[in-house]
Amino acid sequence: MAAATGPARWHRNISAKIAAIPMIATALVIFIGGTAWTVVYSFTNSKLLPREKFVGLAQYERLWTSNKWLISIENLAIYGILSLIFALVIGFFLAALLDQKIRFEDTFRTVLLYPFALSFIVTGLAWQWILNPDFGIQHVVRSLGFENFAFDPLYNPDIVIYGVLIAGLWHETGLIMCLMLAGLRGIDEDIWKASRIDGIPMWKTYLFIVIPMMRGIFITAIVLVTSGIIKVYDLIVAQTGGGPGISSEVPAKYVYDAMFLSQNLGQGFAASTMMLLTVIIVVVPWAYLEFGGKRT
Amino acid sequence: MSDALQIPTPPAAGPSGRKPGKILSRRNIFIYGTLILVSLYYLLPLYVMVVTSLKGMPEIRVGNIFAPPVEITFQPWVKAWAEACTGLNCDGLSRGFFNSVKILVPSVILSIAIASVNGYALANWRFKGSETFFAILIVGAFIPYQVMIYPIVILLREAGLYGGLTGLVIVHTIFGMPILTLLFRNYFSSVPQELFKAARVDGAGFWSIYFRIMVPMSLPIFVVAMILQVTGIWNDFLFGVIYTKPDLYPMTVQLNNIVNSTQGVKEYNVNMAATILTGLVPLTIYFLSGKLFVRGIAAGAVKG
Repeated sequence: MAAATGPARWHRNISAKIAAIPMIATALVIFIGGTAWTVVYSFTNSKLLPREKFVGLAQYERLWTSNKWLISIENLAIYGILSLIFALVIGFFLAALLDQKIRFEDTFRTVLLYPFALSFIVTGLAWQWILNPDFGIQHVVRSLGFENFAFDPLYNPDIVIYGVLIAGLWHETGLIMCLMLAGLRGIDEDIWKASRIDGIPMWKTYLFIVIPMMRGIFITAIVLVTSGIIKVYDLIVAQTGGGPGISSEVPAKYVYDAMFLSQNLGQGFAASTMMLLTVIIVVVPWAYLEFGGKRT
Repeated sequence: MSDALQIPTPPAAGPSGRKPGKILSRRNIFIYGTLILVSLYYLLPLYVMVVTSLKGMPEIRVGNIFAPPVEITFQPWVKAWAEACTGLNCDGLSRGFFNSVKILVPSVILSIAIASVNGYALANWRFKGSETFFAILIVGAFIPYQVMIYPIVILLREAGLYGGLTGLVIVHTIFGMPILTLLFRNYFSSVPQELFKAARVDGAGFWSIYFRIMVPMSLPIFVVAMILQVTGIWNDFLFGVIYTKPDLYPMTVQLNNIVNSTQGVKEYNVNMAATILTGLVPLTIYFLSGKLFVRGIAAGAVKG
């Protein structure tokens, strides 16, 4: 740094420092200050307004005995694990198909990626309509003669999260496909030639040679999808509103409801701190692998 | 056929590509068949939305959602745009549309202006600690918004901006900053250093280099940033619902309130028309921008 600026005096480079004030303020006040503030106040019994009455871990005890929170966590786990697996598998498969030097590649890619341009609200409402049991898929199949056909995920507490999963995958798989396609384009042509000469079947080449080579892309995709999953909120609000009952609640919605609907700030702070903890558990090992490993 | 895969291309066939096989080989049928089926599945929701929005309610009640409309009507679109009710307001989605525009334009301009200057300072005018602040910014991009929502509510309330459009514009600028700064920093770093040094020798300062060299040279990246911000801010729901009042709700929030309102008879055709209207802006940008959109996404992925 010093090499670029010469002797470090405070007024050297003053324009750059002034120009960076918004960034410095955001980093210090919002990202560090805001996060620290929320973590600290998660140990208080703030209700309608933040109060400095510390109650230790009481909010966390309440959180982990709350049925709504436990359901939220369970939903997030099911939704998260399945959407990660399906998005990666389907995304890679589609990317591999697009990578076969086919015609109309741009057309296919445009079609497969367009849901990603839409908001979660639009996605959720569209699928709410398609999955509507009285008009949507269930109704159509029944009117074809299958009277007992049942497919009403949004009205069945046991499977509602899978209904959300369908919409979530529709939204995000195109993005993963694009990432994977970029990764596949980075694979050396010679690898393919060599494996073809050796007579290795295509699927084996993909599974044992290409995928291990794309480790970086896979990790990026996993981190990207995971950090998106933890934030999932709009999709639930639009598609199910958390229902039926509380069967499709998720942590991000729990936080919002606690803070802005039920005037229970302390619960909201504790729940959001748990979300932060989850992100740390996911991101820190990745950051360590990605950046810590290179130095050694 | 599979032999098209395994026999190496004869040299005479040209520099790239395999031996041209039969068009209807098993391989082609599998690849195109799968891709066409998946594409149809992806297009289905859009098709259903459009078809539903063009039907009258009686037809929806008796028909099936995949059938094309027997009698095309644009009434649902008119109603969604100008008459649908949310709470006490019955002036339709148009209110949300104009609110979103009022939020979008200043947010996009402000966030890009600030982030591009940040990126420029980080790429060409590093100072003590600049890399540290940048690292905090990038790490901050992973913090769930829920953690920072309430402190920002307090700050905006203290500043008297809570509930207004200005506050929301500031919030969008803050949360757009990590990814945009990264985008601009990486781009400006790739501009040849000689150019920068030559301008320095000629006596140009921070701002004149920025406006007269960097900005004119970097128009593509500004376009990428714009695509990223326009779709991102237009599609935002969380910040809109938290930091504005019902009168000022952006289009996504208003759409959700119209469709998921529990009062009155559900008018599915109006709901679908409203949904398409809300999706129209990002879809238009997507289809017009093509490869640049993908580039914006790739830049977003680098963040990860």
